[in-house]
Amino acid sequence: MAGSYGSTLRYKNVERIKSIGKHTLLGASGEVSDFQEILRYLDELIIYDDMWDDGNSLGPKEVHNYLTRVMYNRRNKFDPLFNSLVVGGVKNGQKYLGMVGMIGTHYEDNHVATGFGNHLARPLMRAEWHEDMSFEEAVKLLEKCLLVLLYRDRSAINKFQIAKITEVGVTISEPYALKTFWGFLAFQNPTKGAEGSW
Amino acid sequence: MFRNQYDTDVTTWSPAGRLFQVEYAMEAVKQGSAAIGLRSATHIVLATVNKATSELSSHQKKIFKVDDHIGVAIAGLTADGRVLSRYLRNECINHSFVYESPLPISRLVIQLADKAQVCTQRSWKRPYGVGLLVAGLDETGAHLYYNCPSGSYFEFQSIAIGSRSQAAKTYLERRFEGFEKYSREELIKDGLFAIKETLQGEKLTSAICTVAIVGVGEPFHVIDQQTIERVIESLDIGDEDAPPPAVAESAADEPTASQEPGTAPMDI
Repeated sequence: MAGSYGSTLRYKNVERIKSIGKHTLLGASGEVSDFQEILRYLDELIIYDDMWDDGNSLGPKEVHNYLTRVMYNRRNKFDPLFNSLVVGGVKNGQKYLGMVGMIGTHYEDNHVATGFGNHLARPLMRAEWHEDMSFEEAVKLLEKCLLVLLYRDRSAINKFQIAKITEVGVTISEPYALKTFWGFLAFQNPTKGAEGSW
Repeated sequence: MFRNQYDTDVTTWSPAGRLFQVEYAMEAVKQGSAAIGLRSATHIVLATVNKATSELSSHQKKIFKVDDHIGVAIAGLTADGRVLSRYLRNECINHSFVYESPLPISRLVIQLADKAQVCTQRSWKRPYGVGLLVAGLDETGAHLYYNCPSGSYFEFQSIAIGSRSQAAKTYLERRFEGFEKYSREELIKDGLFAIKETLQGEKLTSAICTVAIVGVGEPFHVIDQQTIERVIESLDIGDEDAPPPAVAESAADEPTASQEPGTAPMDI
């Protein structure tokens, strides 16, 4: 739940998972103020969509593509929004999970991550993800990833939220901490084996 | 000197509460060659009558593909129809670009109607002289709309517009209750029968009509002439007095309230 002010992790209590409309969840890394700007765009988007009041609504796929356009458009103005985003959701029985980078790069996958997560969490998810995971299994895998990230990213803080979206609706957990153990031998002398590298 | 004091510009009301210029624009729709549309739960068929202005010329195109999931048929000023079709295509492509998903039909039709409405409220403009049948498929199902120069729009199970469309409308009104369950072939069939009604005795040939379809698993496309030729032959409807097909019998005898004059909601 750490929020960045430029490259400084400045805030310790920032919600970085938000629900967008009825069918979509959005998670963000990076500059908090830019994320807030994105949320303003999305608020407007969803309100205008609801105002048609015609039974049509934007799903996760539409929100993902919209965000891709927003991010790429800003990078074309040489004023990118400094965020990486993950977008997930369910609509009409269709699951959707995608990612948008700060310059508009985007992809869909069965598991996604931003920032350090791309290096540290995705290998774990690639190894352990499977199509028919239960919610509990998925949370367990996520917590395993988060713990590795917490151990390896010096500026991470031990305060997390996990969110779930189903056909029924959205639930975002209260902030909570993971149990840590700092006594690993590898933590005693971290530069062992890479001496003199910095 | 003037036959009518109140029809010199679109924004002038008559004391009876009418806008004559708008009514004249709707008259242009009635003068245009006929276009009909009919809808089942999964498919929509559009059909038009091709009228060449001269023996020496070809006919004008009256059916336009807007996107994979939407198409229009027009009656009235073809030039205005083309302009509006281009607008619709633009809206669809912009929506696909931003959301990577097809534009809902109802929203497209509202935008189109709003565009037409503006022309009825600006003294330096004129209403579009064209009626559009907008057919499309989206996540809420198959839809058929009629969009009128006044800026009104209506959703239909089936509708006919243009010259001598009343005969086709009467035919459709007799049979529309069965349409929801129709297969695409049955829709095409009844589309052709309705077109035949507007020809008033003229022989129905594949050259005189254009038929297009959109539906589940089938992007909007004009059905090629040979296929239509074969359907016409198989039904024997090219001939003057072929009987309506068997399906007609169930509903054919019932007089319907909608046959009464003035009940069609497209008058304004």
